[in-house]
Amino acid sequence: MTEPHEAASAASAPSAHDAHASEEGLDAHLVVERGTFRLDVALSVAPGEVVALLGPNGAGKTTALRALAGLTPLSGGRLRLDGTALERTPPESRPVGVVFQDYLLFPHLTALDNVAFGPRCQGATKERARARAAEWLDRLGLADHAGAKPRRLSGGQAQRVALARALATRPRLLLLDEPLAALDARTRLEVRSQLRRHLAEFEAVAVLVTHDPLDAMVLADRLVVVEDGRVVQEGAPSDIARRPRTDYIAQLVGLNLYRGEADGHAVRLDAGPPITTTEALSGPVFVAFPPSAVTLYRDRPTGASARNLWRCEVAGLETHGDQIRADLAGELPLAADLTTVAAAELDLHPGAAVWATVKATQTHAYPV
Amino acid sequence: MTSPTGTSDAAADTLRGGPRRRRRRARTTGGGSGNSGVPLPLLVPALLGLAFLVVPLVALLVRAPWRSLPDLLTSAEVWQALQLSLVCATAATAVSLVIGVPLAWLLARVEFPGRGLVRALVTLPLVLPPVVGGVALLMALGRNGIVGKWLDSWFGITLPFTTAGVVVAEAFVAMPFLVISVEGTLRAADPRFEEAAATLGASRFTAFRRVTLPLIAPGIAAGAVLAWARALGEFGATITFAGNFPGRTQTMPLSVYLALQSDPEAAIALSLVLLAVSVAVLAGLRDRWMTTG
Repeated sequence: MTEPHEAASAASAPSAHDAHASEEGLDAHLVVERGTFRLDVALSVAPGEVVALLGPNGAGKTTALRALAGLTPLSGGRLRLDGTALERTPPESRPVGVVFQDYLLFPHLTALDNVAFGPRCQGATKERARARAAEWLDRLGLADHAGAKPRRLSGGQAQRVALARALATRPRLLLLDEPLAALDARTRLEVRSQLRRHLAEFEAVAVLVTHDPLDAMVLADRLVVVEDGRVVQEGAPSDIARRPRTDYIAQLVGLNLYRGEADGHAVRLDAGPPITTTEALSGPVFVAFPPSAVTLYRDRPTGASARNLWRCEVAGLETHGDQIRADLAGELPLAADLTTVAAAELDLHPGAAVWATVKATQTHAYPV
Repeated sequence: MTSPTGTSDAAADTLRGGPRRRRRRARTTGGGSGNSGVPLPLLVPALLGLAFLVVPLVALLVRAPWRSLPDLLTSAEVWQALQLSLVCATAATAVSLVIGVPLAWLLARVEFPGRGLVRALVTLPLVLPPVVGGVALLMALGRNGIVGKWLDSWFGITLPFTTAGVVVAEAFVAMPFLVISVEGTLRAADPRFEEAAATLGASRFTAFRRVTLPLIAPGIAAGAVLAWARALGEFGATITFAGNFPGRTQTMPLSVYLALQSDPEAAIALSLVLLAVSVAVLAGLRDRWMTTG
């Protein structure tokens, strides 16, 4: 969709959040080597903060999560939680709770006994463990389902039991692996907002893994984007959405993204024609604009108010909600959104030649 | 279901140019008996195979001395042998469970060098002639065996030609059935449940006891029944290692064999008892293995 450009330089450098060098929270540098794959991710999270590891499938997010839980051994790096080194601690001794993607509720135990499992392992008597489990189920609105076996729970209920089970061990680090992936679209909406509330109440460190940008942006305070085992960008969801640094993120948030050299309002792209931008910058920059900012013409527009005018060819068309997304090839590959009416009037079809314009005011340039 | 007979026959005819008449008749026969179109070259051996398995059992029932059966079965020797068989088979199954389930877990869950070899060794008694197993047990646990020597001199334990020896011989032959069955169930069970248990603070043993064991219980039960049935019928290893002493080591199969030489009617009666037990076992397992459509 967007012009391929060099991947942004790995942003695995310590983030601003390293500033809280206090002992509280998570301070990790996870290195896991497996065959040709290498995960190398630095992660520091303050107590009360929710961080989402966002990335495509196979990026190493789940490996990072498993390494934090102790289920996959580290090849190198460090892992400190509240000042305690955990690299060599076996999973059962880590103050870590995990909500697995498909929950992994023990099928032979009731919801109550699933939640009581952790406290029991921590040495509580059967009665106390069950009392604690009942409290958690109650807190998550599951008191009526305490006696139900997992197979009789709905997806949303099972997800909450899994959350209760993880929280009942009073973890200092809560890990959630694709917490909403196993749910259907309708339940997902409801569970997402519930989960957001519960995560907001959680006072320790929470790290969740997802490939869904919406889940990440709704649930997390900060996103860490992982591609091919490395951190490529991190920051507040709004910041990442406005200023993507890789094609993957740009596509996730639906932006056209280019990289080039700025000289005032003109940006000379690494490959392709120049783009005129609102911001006056100098040096290497990213330029981003949404597909909705693109206007298409069959004939060269005469008004020429838009200085950003490119000749393109329609490479593909697909419906995108009630809009049509045109995939354009040519001197500047880009995605453009237009209404079905406009698409019909322009008689767009793959191979059709078009002129594309973008107003400078709708572009957004920011330093690399 | 459409019959594949037509095409395959035609193909075979073309290939071989063989006698068409017989083939055509075969097709008619197949079609006549319920339109299922089973080719004769398969149907005949199949029925022969079925008869081969069923006729002996029918013969046992036909020739059974039904009138004198109550007397035969209530004799003290029969009860002694039956009781001994049940006790020994159950004990052998218990032994197999205690050491076989952990062994199955080890094979399924722990990666160690030579695991394939270990699995092959565990399976060996499955294919080994039981008599050879009995001889091997004598060499190991006999009074002069490489282990039995120490058992005798240190603890004063002798296994050969004792009831405990029967249990040992039966367990040796039956345990592989249990191990293979349980290992298969373990491999099919999701190991991530154990990981989930670990993240909740469970040690590996606690995870095994409280999560894995309940999950694989049906597989363990099936394996135990298999092992029990195998132990109940065990003959070769038992007679070699434990001998044939009535009341001490003479189990049902041994007394059937002996009875056949002196009192065939008693042998039939004893065989009927074992047949009844086997049918009962099969009935108990039908949910697991006999639910085909």
